[in-house]
Amino acid sequence: MSIDTPRSADATRSPDGPAADPGSLAAELSGSQMAKGRRVRNSMASVAMVLAFLVAAIPLAVMGANVVAKGIGVVATADWWTQPIPGDVGRSDLANNEQLNNLGFGSGSGSDSSKGTAAAQPVLGMQPAIVGTLLTVLSASLLAIPLGIMGAVYLHEYGKQRRLARFIRFMTDVMTGVPSVIMGVFIYSIWVLRFGVNGKSAWAASLALACLMLPIVVRSTEEMLRLVPDALREASAALGTRTWKTTVRVVLPAALPGITSGSLLAVARAAGETAPIVFTIGFVTTTNWSLRGQNTTLSAQIYSQLQNGGTLATQLAWGAALTLIAIVLVLTLAARVITRRFAVR
Amino acid sequence: MTTTLDDTEPTGSDPVLRVLADLTEPAPGRGVDRGFRGLALVAGSTVLIILVLIAVVMTQKAWPAFSQYGTSYFFGTEWIPSQGKYGIVPLVYGTIVVSLLGIMFAVPISVGIALFVTELAPRRARGTVITIVDLLAAVPSVVFGLWAFYNLVPRFQSLFNAIADAVSGIPVLNTLLGPSSGSSFMSAALIVALMITPIVTAVTREVFDTVPENDKAGALALGATRWEMIRGVVLPHSSGGLTGAVMLGLGRAMGETVAIALLIGATPQISANLFGKGETMPAQIFRQLSEADDTLRAALIGLGVCLFVLTIVVNVSARRMVVAIDNRTRGTTTP
Repeated sequence: MSIDTPRSADATRSPDGPAADPGSLAAELSGSQMAKGRRVRNSMASVAMVLAFLVAAIPLAVMGANVVAKGIGVVATADWWTQPIPGDVGRSDLANNEQLNNLGFGSGSGSDSSKGTAAAQPVLGMQPAIVGTLLTVLSASLLAIPLGIMGAVYLHEYGKQRRLARFIRFMTDVMTGVPSVIMGVFIYSIWVLRFGVNGKSAWAASLALACLMLPIVVRSTEEMLRLVPDALREASAALGTRTWKTTVRVVLPAALPGITSGSLLAVARAAGETAPIVFTIGFVTTTNWSLRGQNTTLSAQIYSQLQNGGTLATQLAWGAALTLIAIVLVLTLAARVITRRFAVR
Repeated sequence: MTTTLDDTEPTGSDPVLRVLADLTEPAPGRGVDRGFRGLALVAGSTVLIILVLIAVVMTQKAWPAFSQYGTSYFFGTEWIPSQGKYGIVPLVYGTIVVSLLGIMFAVPISVGIALFVTELAPRRARGTVITIVDLLAAVPSVVFGLWAFYNLVPRFQSLFNAIADAVSGIPVLNTLLGPSSGSSFMSAALIVALMITPIVTAVTREVFDTVPENDKAGALALGATRWEMIRGVVLPHSSGGLTGAVMLGLGRAMGETVAIALLIGATPQISANLFGKGETMPAQIFRQLSEADDTLRAALIGLGVCLFVLTIVVNVSARRMVVAIDNRTRGTTTP
């Protein structure tokens, strides 16, 4: 108050009447005397923020409900998990592009094939794709996760802020942004073209997925190594332990939960990929347990059944989508639970 | 003391001497240590090796197309493989249109969500909101495509045509928003926006978290409303980081493949009609590569090279910006 009076006199403006009275001062502080425009703008901004969240959340919910509603019918049967993919709806040519050109699925050859099969209801199975997905993702994980963890060990335990380490760190970040389809083209060029049709296999697909996962594993592992307190490393070193042993026996175990959850997220991402898979894995309708020879995955099946059109193929596609979402969801939630429960603090 | 040390037997009874000897002697663990370090270095360098291999191998396989078609490959405006016309401009155009539209939709939403999480939502709700947005990132691209193809495209068609009718008299808008068959640049862009929202939100949220609490409290103490505080403090402080987030989202949008392949209409053309059909580079590669003949294959791998270069450029500049923000907010100059 004592400051207010001389200043308003100085400026030769009319003195602020309301502020002088303690009652209205409280009213002003509570915001009830705020100009209407400001208040409206403030609430509008708040509403906009909530709307932004809803714009993202509602499609997610609608899509989830749709996939479950349309997929549950085929997925909730034993046949789905144990039987081969019916060949008469799943044609082997993945890139029959003329059909995609007009995108009028369900017409033309699609409905013909479904008419033909309507007489003898085929068994709707998806075992080959489920096995193929697990096989591909597992072998990609075995390639990428150990390599990624060792890479992160180099970055954080040895390289630190050296020029090379900083460059690798930067390029790893950049590599996370390289589109997955490029990894597919790369493996196609370096592997499939060399070995011809025999080159298309679960192994080739897992190479592509491993390229995709590697940078994610490296960066998430390094973040976790950063959270391990230096005191642990120093204590271990003070006992005369070699650096490698400190890393393997002290640092990595301490960071294990974080590394696991980061790796699971990478696995989840790889499991959902389609682009690098389709031209590296080929196509089969019977279960292939081997890394060699053509194979198929859930994501590839969704795409090719969608191309086939027709009611049965569509059912297969929705079922595969539900199965795939379930797998990805389990991996993602597992990663979250591990992070919450065992987080390094 | 030192002279006596030299004179006496090294394996003397003095425990201090024994420890000293242990420490200076090349111990058996040293070789393992070097080996481990080498192994880690090799693993770390794999990333660089893969990136170089990608560039070299793909360029080599695409070389026939580059050398045979030359400038008509990079500047040709017609991509009709059946007639031997390989000009990538329509595909580049499609990629850029879809990713720019996508980012235009995604950025306001992401900024809104990030503000909601950092400034508005009650502390307890934050985790849930973040989880939901992250779930969006976990949904496979092909599932988005399947869902949008069956459930959204028919609706898009009627919606877009209604909009096209409504603006048919307005000069610029009637070319941009023309008649639609449902599969279009716009349909693809809307789904892409949904798919890149999580990453843009995550980066934006991190950027907003670095705004000093004191600045925000100061603005509020001066009587600013929450919105005035956001506009006056949070947004100006975050502009650099936001640019980085936008670029990262752009990179993702450019590489998005399957969902776009299902929604864009598979028609390589340069058309100003955003409601019309088009095609992008990754979608074209995805559609054609497994059944392509030698010429088309080289042309498609060449597309891959161009896409690779494009995304590398976008990502490098995005990362530069994000790193610059990191350093500034951590208060450390580049070490």
